[in-house]
Amino acid sequence: MKVLVPVKRVIDYNVKIRVRPDGSGVETRNVKMSMNPFDEISVEEAVRMREKGTADEVIAVSVGVQQCQETIRTALAMGADRGILVQTDDPVEPLAVAKMLKAICEREAPGMVILGKQAIDDDSNQTGQMLSALLGWSQATFASEIVLENGNAKVTREVDGGLETIEVTMPTVVTVDLRLNEPRYASLPNIMKAKRKPIDVMAPDDLGVDTAPRLEVLHVGEPEKRAGGVKVADVDELVAKLSQEAKVI
Amino acid sequence: MSVLVIAEHDNATLKAATRNAVTAAVRLDAEVHVLVAGSGCSAAAGAASQVAGVSKVLVSEDPAYEHALAENVADLVVRLSGGYSHVLAPATTNGKNILPRAAALLDVAQISDIVEIVSQDTFVRPIYAGNAMAKVRSGDAVKLITVRTTAFDAAAPEGGGAGVETADGSGSAGLSSFVGRELSKSERPELTSAGIVVSGGRGMGSGENFDILEALADRLGAAVGASRAAVDAGYVPNDYQVGQTGKVVAPELYIAVGISGAIQHLAGMKDSKVIVAINKDEEAPIFQVADYGLVADLFKAVPELTSAIEKHKTENG
Repeated sequence: MKVLVPVKRVIDYNVKIRVRPDGSGVETRNVKMSMNPFDEISVEEAVRMREKGTADEVIAVSVGVQQCQETIRTALAMGADRGILVQTDDPVEPLAVAKMLKAICEREAPGMVILGKQAIDDDSNQTGQMLSALLGWSQATFASEIVLENGNAKVTREVDGGLETIEVTMPTVVTVDLRLNEPRYASLPNIMKAKRKPIDVMAPDDLGVDTAPRLEVLHVGEPEKRAGGVKVADVDELVAKLSQEAKVI
Repeated sequence: MSVLVIAEHDNATLKAATRNAVTAAVRLDAEVHVLVAGSGCSAAAGAASQVAGVSKVLVSEDPAYEHALAENVADLVVRLSGGYSHVLAPATTNGKNILPRAAALLDVAQISDIVEIVSQDTFVRPIYAGNAMAKVRSGDAVKLITVRTTAFDAAAPEGGGAGVETADGSGSAGLSSFVGRELSKSERPELTSAGIVVSGGRGMGSGENFDILEALADRLGAAVGASRAAVDAGYVPNDYQVGQTGKVVAPELYIAVGISGAIQHLAGMKDSKVIVAINKDEEAPIFQVADYGLVADLFKAVPELTSAIEKHKTENG
């Protein structure tokens, strides 16, 4: 079985982002970029499946600017076999990304697509569900455990009340949550080896996908700032403040 | 044009998150319909018909809808979406599971986690863990939206008198089946709607140590939450997680204990009315958002706080 792993290049999770003063968006120039942390978990899971023999090829796919090749190289260094970059400088929304991934799935015929439940930049949490819909496949979101058995996948999902387990038919789209695994660090020899693994580059047009956005971003601004408060000396002062000043107890 | 709200329910009861989404829906249009898709869900549908502001309840009963499997419910939403200008769901794991699927089937964008309605087609939503707010306008004919529940007050559970109609669905898509569920059992209030939340972080050191937080929570009638670090360490189950990728809460009082305050955690609680931080590291970023900060050893301070609150309650009734 082939496993397709979409990976997104985002501002590194440790960076404190800056909103551009003109309200046009968040500053991405000269900012450290990394693979979306959820996608690292999905790469790890796919590579483990290949190591266990349940998958025979892992393909990392990214959509975006030329530098997304670095993100794909990170996946290759973790153990993915080859990469595909759909290169575009235009901003792409989850629906357009899902359409491009669908076109790639039709070419590559994977048994599973596994991707992060959300990207930490736009926090949309949509692409996996949309891809699954467009393909007419089953979907298993927010996975914390994936077991392949009897030709199906049994997936434990992190839901609001706790955990839920569902069984889905294959092929399937799985989106991963934080507790699925702990991604490995790529070793230096594997980073070197990854440089020789192939990356196919194509354009959205090659896939016949119109990437025109459906949402117009009118303004991006700072959230209301919370003013810091005071330090209290001890528990008695805290209780006094909470009852007399804040009146919450 | 009217607005359709996808109800969050467990067949027997209607979840409070539905009522937050109803409030958002009422701001878009006076005609608000609520879809209750389930199996043996007449009690939940009855509760939905009582919610203030709801004009009609659509009930679709089918074993395929009992556990809200995304493939089945999304097909139903698509089938019913004609005639609606907006389809709303609370931004719960359920809403996030179903609505993007329905949006793709309708070939429209989905707008995630809105916190403000500017106009019929313009909405504000947080991005980058709430460190930026994006105002977006949708040109799609029908707008599929998940609603951040903390940003909209819940509609009153009583006072409505909506008619209940049956809506035919298309049943099971045959793609997935429900196996089981392990829900965390708790007598405490639900995390996302509790008036007071007591959360613990990595500083708690172990799952057993959460006992002292639970004692405090019980004294306050509070829910118990946690940071990602505490969940990853296995101290508490995943559904305790407050933050960018967990639950978003905005109680009257949020007490953060042994939590350093990573931006990913702040994203889930910074809209709380009053924030208290207890941490032994006075440089911890949590103090920058806390109204009241106590630099102390939590293992000493938390039990002290529990008894001080008990004493306060006894003295003040």
